[in-house]
Amino acid sequence: MRPFPVLLALALATALSFLTLPVVAIFVDSSPAELIDSLGEPGALDALWLSLRTTAMALAIILLVGTPAAYLLATRSFRGKALVVTLVELPLVLPPAVAGIALLAAVGPSGILGGAVDAAGIELTLQTAGVVVALTFVASPFYIRQAMAAFAAVDRTLLDASRTLGASEARGFRRVMIPAALPGLAAGTALALGRALGEFGATLMFAGSFQGITQTVPLAIYDRFSTNFDSALALSAVLVGISAAILVSVKLVQGSEALGGAPG
Amino acid sequence: MLRVEAQTRLGALALDVALDVQPGECLALAGPSGAGKTSVLRVAAGLLRPERGLVEAGGETWLDTTRGVDVPPERRRCGYVFQEYALFPHLTAWQNVAYPLRGVPRRQRRERALGLLERFGMRELADARPRTLSGGERQRVALARVLAREPGVLLLDEPLSALDARTRAGAARELASVLRQVETPALLVTHDFAEAAQLGDRVGVIDSGRVIQEGTPSELAAAPRSAFVADFTGAVVLTGVARSGPNGLTHVELDGGGAVTSTDRGDGPVAVSVYPWEIAIEPAAAARPPGSTQNHVSAEVLSVTRIGNRVRLGLRGPQPLAAEITGVSADQLGLRAGAQVIASWKASATRLVAI
Repeated sequence: MRPFPVLLALALATALSFLTLPVVAIFVDSSPAELIDSLGEPGALDALWLSLRTTAMALAIILLVGTPAAYLLATRSFRGKALVVTLVELPLVLPPAVAGIALLAAVGPSGILGGAVDAAGIELTLQTAGVVVALTFVASPFYIRQAMAAFAAVDRTLLDASRTLGASEARGFRRVMIPAALPGLAAGTALALGRALGEFGATLMFAGSFQGITQTVPLAIYDRFSTNFDSALALSAVLVGISAAILVSVKLVQGSEALGGAPG
Repeated sequence: MLRVEAQTRLGALALDVALDVQPGECLALAGPSGAGKTSVLRVAAGLLRPERGLVEAGGETWLDTTRGVDVPPERRRCGYVFQEYALFPHLTAWQNVAYPLRGVPRRQRRERALGLLERFGMRELADARPRTLSGGERQRVALARVLAREPGVLLLDEPLSALDARTRAGAARELASVLRQVETPALLVTHDFAEAAQLGDRVGVIDSGRVIQEGTPSELAAAPRSAFVADFTGAVVLTGVARSGPNGLTHVELDGGGAVTSTDRGDGPVAVSVYPWEIAIEPAAAARPPGSTQNHVSAEVLSVTRIGNRVRLGLRGPQPLAAEITGVSADQLGLRAGAQVIASWKASATRLVAI
């Protein structure tokens, strides 16, 4: 055999075992029965339920605001657009701890908008609402970036056609642009979902880790790993399951689109 | 009636046009790519706002920059057929056709859409998605969709260019019959003069943002006002220097050698145009019997291309030439690349334009 293909195969084998071994270990280290047992304790279920609720709320906010914002950025050109896009993408590269501090400085009790938030009767720090804010902050750039690319990839003449056929831009956005960009929007949603579900640092710093109120699954795992490793493993296994399901569903959505073939 | 006036800069192009199209008439704008053809359609539809312009259709003013009138595209009743048809990929054929039918009850929308598809022989494919349709089928769906809009004007952007050669002839006939039936003014743009001549009642030749000549296809072909128009209408264009000759004919010394005569007047540098099908071919060695053709140019055959029952010959003379003869003649003469021939045509088929 020639050396180069062997080298390629070796590289792949190394990467694959390094990446899959820890994930496999979660399931091998404890039996399924033990996993289900340790999920039964109240703290674990609280964390799961809180993670699902806060992630769902953050996603709802991200989709509602992010979709039109991404559409605007994808279809218009204006002075300073590159700067706007960069600012929107900034949280992508921000260390989570910095995101937490930044949120505290902005909307924390003594932050620059803390007074206004307080006056509006909203409590964020150490509250579930604070978790939603932290998740939205770190996850929305993932969605907006992907949604922008998805809208930009839609043939602009479709929107022109919609308008010449008597539909306002708002109707064209709803009836043509969103359906045409749907696979990309779904992929962006999945990315944001995965990021929100795994969020740790910003939540810990901004909202704290109180069981049932701000302790999401990643925080619960951290909380337990020194005292109750089995419970930490069980929660990790659940996150692995959800993450894998997200990844597979994105591949299915994109795969069906690829099989259908692009129009033209 | 449709009136479009536009003056605007588009990058390097200075668009400056003024067009009128009567109800039931089809004006075909023909010109090379980058001439500003599509921009004219976009101005009419409201998708492009010119610096100065006026668009009037059926007694309504859609754009008047001097009075600050600019009706948005969705409120101009334009049937715009886009170059690649722009069918919505996520909707079926009938849903595409039903898209402009707003304010029509749900049940009737489907019926109306199916009725329009039926008119184009597409009822069986009503539930098909655009990507599963052929180019010709997509064109029919696109036409049905713009007719569902009940447009006041039809705008067609290169309606046949997305089709392969095989479907094109049939689609062109269909489109011509639709254009004959509708009573709205139609503005069509194409880069192909033959297509413009087939589909347009009048043809405007557009180059670098300006309409340089307008008339019926035969008027343009018979009396091109510039070398560009002559070339664009498919004629062979040679350059030379003209001077008045005996008997009222004009004598042209061709650049690169040879000479021709024309019944047109001319003096000084001219473009000489003649249609390929006016050119007769004889073997170079043949003794020429006296005849009525005045112009004879020696040339070498470069290429022999069969187009149905005709043969198009690429010729190298003092300047490049093309001739179209029947396949039978080409066979009888045994023409192939490298053969020496004489290309002949009448002085009365030779058009002169000063350059």
